[in-house]
Amino acid sequence: MAGRRGRSELRIPMIDELGQFALALALALSLAQTVLSLAARIRRDGALAGAGEGAAVGAFAAVAIGFLALIHAFVSSDFSVLNVAANSHTAKPLLYKVAGAWGSHEGSILLWCLMLTGYGAAMAASRRLPFALKASAVAVQGALGVLFIGYMVFASNPLARVALPPVQGDSLNPLLQDPALAAHPPFLYAGYVGFSVVFSLAAAALAEGRVDPAWARWIRPWTLAAWSLLTMGITLGSFWAYYELGWGGWWAWDPVENASFMPWLLGTALLHSAAVTEKRGALASWTALLGLGAFILAMMGAFLVRSGVLTSVHAFAIDPRRGILLLVILGVAAGAGLGLFAWRAPRLKDEAAFAPISREGALFVNNVLLAAATATVLAGTLLPLIREAIDGVPISVGAPYFNVTFTALLAPALILLPAGPLLAWKRADALGALQRLWAAALIALAGALLSLALVSPRSALAAAGVGLGLWVATGALVEAAERVRAFRAPWSEVGRRLGGLPRGAWGMTLAHLGLGLFAMGAAFETAWRAEAAAALQPGQSMRLAAFELRLAQAGDVVGPNYEAARLLIRVTGPGGRLVCEAAPERRVYAAGGQTTSQVAICPGLLDDVYVTAGDRRDAGVGAGAFLVKAYWNPWVRLVFLGPLLMALGGLVSLSDRRVRFAVPGRARQPLAQAPAE
Amino acid sequence: MSWLPRSRTARRRLMVLAVAGPVAALAVAVALYALRGSISFFYTPSQAMAARLPAGRDIQLGGLVRPGSVVKKPDGEVDFVVADHRAASPVVFRGELPDLFREGQGVVAIGAYDGAGVFDARQILAKHDERYMPPQLAAALKKQGEWRGGGAAPSYASP
Repeated sequence: MAGRRGRSELRIPMIDELGQFALALALALSLAQTVLSLAARIRRDGALAGAGEGAAVGAFAAVAIGFLALIHAFVSSDFSVLNVAANSHTAKPLLYKVAGAWGSHEGSILLWCLMLTGYGAAMAASRRLPFALKASAVAVQGALGVLFIGYMVFASNPLARVALPPVQGDSLNPLLQDPALAAHPPFLYAGYVGFSVVFSLAAAALAEGRVDPAWARWIRPWTLAAWSLLTMGITLGSFWAYYELGWGGWWAWDPVENASFMPWLLGTALLHSAAVTEKRGALASWTALLGLGAFILAMMGAFLVRSGVLTSVHAFAIDPRRGILLLVILGVAAGAGLGLFAWRAPRLKDEAAFAPISREGALFVNNVLLAAATATVLAGTLLPLIREAIDGVPISVGAPYFNVTFTALLAPALILLPAGPLLAWKRADALGALQRLWAAALIALAGALLSLALVSPRSALAAAGVGLGLWVATGALVEAAERVRAFRAPWSEVGRRLGGLPRGAWGMTLAHLGLGLFAMGAAFETAWRAEAAAALQPGQSMRLAAFELRLAQAGDVVGPNYEAARLLIRVTGPGGRLVCEAAPERRVYAAGGQTTSQVAICPGLLDDVYVTAGDRRDAGVGAGAFLVKAYWNPWVRLVFLGPLLMALGGLVSLSDRRVRFAVPGRARQPLAQAPAE
Repeated sequence: MSWLPRSRTARRRLMVLAVAGPVAALAVAVALYALRGSISFFYTPSQAMAARLPAGRDIQLGGLVRPGSVVKKPDGEVDFVVADHRAASPVVFRGELPDLFREGQGVVAIGAYDGAGVFDARQILAKHDERYMPPQLAAALKKQGEWRGGGAAPSYASP
């Protein structure tokens, strides 16, 4: 009996050491993956290639064991693990114990490695890739694994022990104790790291000297998956920043936000240029460059966020030595990738010609604008670093810079967007495409004029933004209607075409519709949000736009690991109609003694009423009053709904049978013909 | 069209340039134009005093919140003093203070001095991490010998 208990006490803590061992094993397996796959490629040996793929799957399994060990340490509150002692607490709810595993720097790097090896294993298991390309790509993916897992094992061990375990942990920063922590980082990282497969395939294709339509089709599912997940991750983060006070609202052009946005912009460009390469064989070297660039920017994002070199609302404390190591990893990976491109790209064949007015032409303009937008965001984000390196003067670049440059470059893209899908490949009839868009143009113009006339204060820029969004959204619907010949052919014919429409076409329509809705929401919310603030005692009320906010009651509540003052605020609309009862809180966390504000949001169909509780006035005039601040955010739901539609569009495209079981040659026909009808 | 080059590759290059050139020019022009109004410099109170900033110039003011200086008024206005080793600036802020704002801790305020030498803050930066120190502030404090290492909140007594 006693012996058995002794053994179990010995075994449970062993899980941590087992995890550390698994991570070291993963490093060895990644190294084996690189060497074996490379040897397989050089000697054209199927058995060696199989061994390399096996090593890739093994590396994933090993990192997964390490990840589970960390989750176990967090859930069981094993404070002998440094990471757990610094970021967890026994009183923390279970959800945040699990999510806390990636709330720290070490844990998030482990999550990154888990995704990286997971994608590597998925690519190794894929049966569609030709032998040489696959062996090279698996080798590159393995090399990326060596870099990141090596960093984790040697400089950022998530499972390191402490000599004298504390009785209680320091707890996770209360601001991060939010359900969004469970979803936002995994989605974001799944998106970032998804581009690693595209990077590997691009590097492999460059090494093989073959970037052709078949290659473009192979990268398509990976690009779509990464892009959709990244879209989800950014949207979740945007929503989190929106309801967390002091994070600057749904988008503030903060360096860390930009860091996630740049790979998204380049990934979007990649989706479109890969379509040109797939259908027409053109833009091949440009597509390969974008394939490398998306993951390079994703790595740079991780470096910017995790190194703390930029002043950001979302920055974390970190040891500077690690920042330099991350920079070295970024330099090695980016240098190798771009060096390979510079060496091999001039030899790529890129023959296909097209007229300026054609689908290719439109997608090319889309790419030029997206790349320029990425470059200006990159310049604005890195300028403080560059300036400080040159003359040591610390500066920051404010949101106005990004608003002006981004709008100037993206507005033309939005104006041209609805015409693009209506143009035929190779050579198209611009006039015919524009004629088919007259309805969309009319609706957009009416929308812009209406918002200019009806909404006060009058803002021509915001009205133009609403009109532009409406133009993109209705343009997407017109394009879908054209495909099925709605209003032109008999309804039975329309129904038949609707059923036969490829999922890829649906995906594009959904994504463009989402973009239009987002533009409408962003323009409307930014221009016409209203705010009000007052110190209220129970029973008193204040006005916010058309709403009346009355402080009904103030009380104290006790949560699992915090105490809070909770206000009950009745929000009534015009005519005394009850909109909702908002209950914002002001929480004080026992561990660390930090205060946080819990915002209350009354969601409408499109609008939000957003209420925050401030401090209680203890003395002087108005003692016992609470500072209540409230915002009316019209159409803000579109800002989140739009990107969700875009991500959904990506997933719908991904579910297209022709993407998953691509048969070269045959798959090309239906899509290429559809718009010409 | 005889003025177009004969070779197909050259024609395609011309087309690429015709699109990419204007867009690149537009991007650079707009970026330079927008930068003029958007760059703000970082100062600690003593640096700001030495720089003799004109009233209304947008800057970032970084320093430590002097203990005991925070006054919250009933109308929601917050007054406090941001100090470094040699100088101090009174700051006025209307709005919701970030959750990590505390006396004795590092803070970065974005705004401008008014004519009377009071710093009118539009935004106070909040962090995800209570141990985080903005790099510019950390560098400035290090120069003044105020730095106590990564984790500890620098203790600061009013002079």
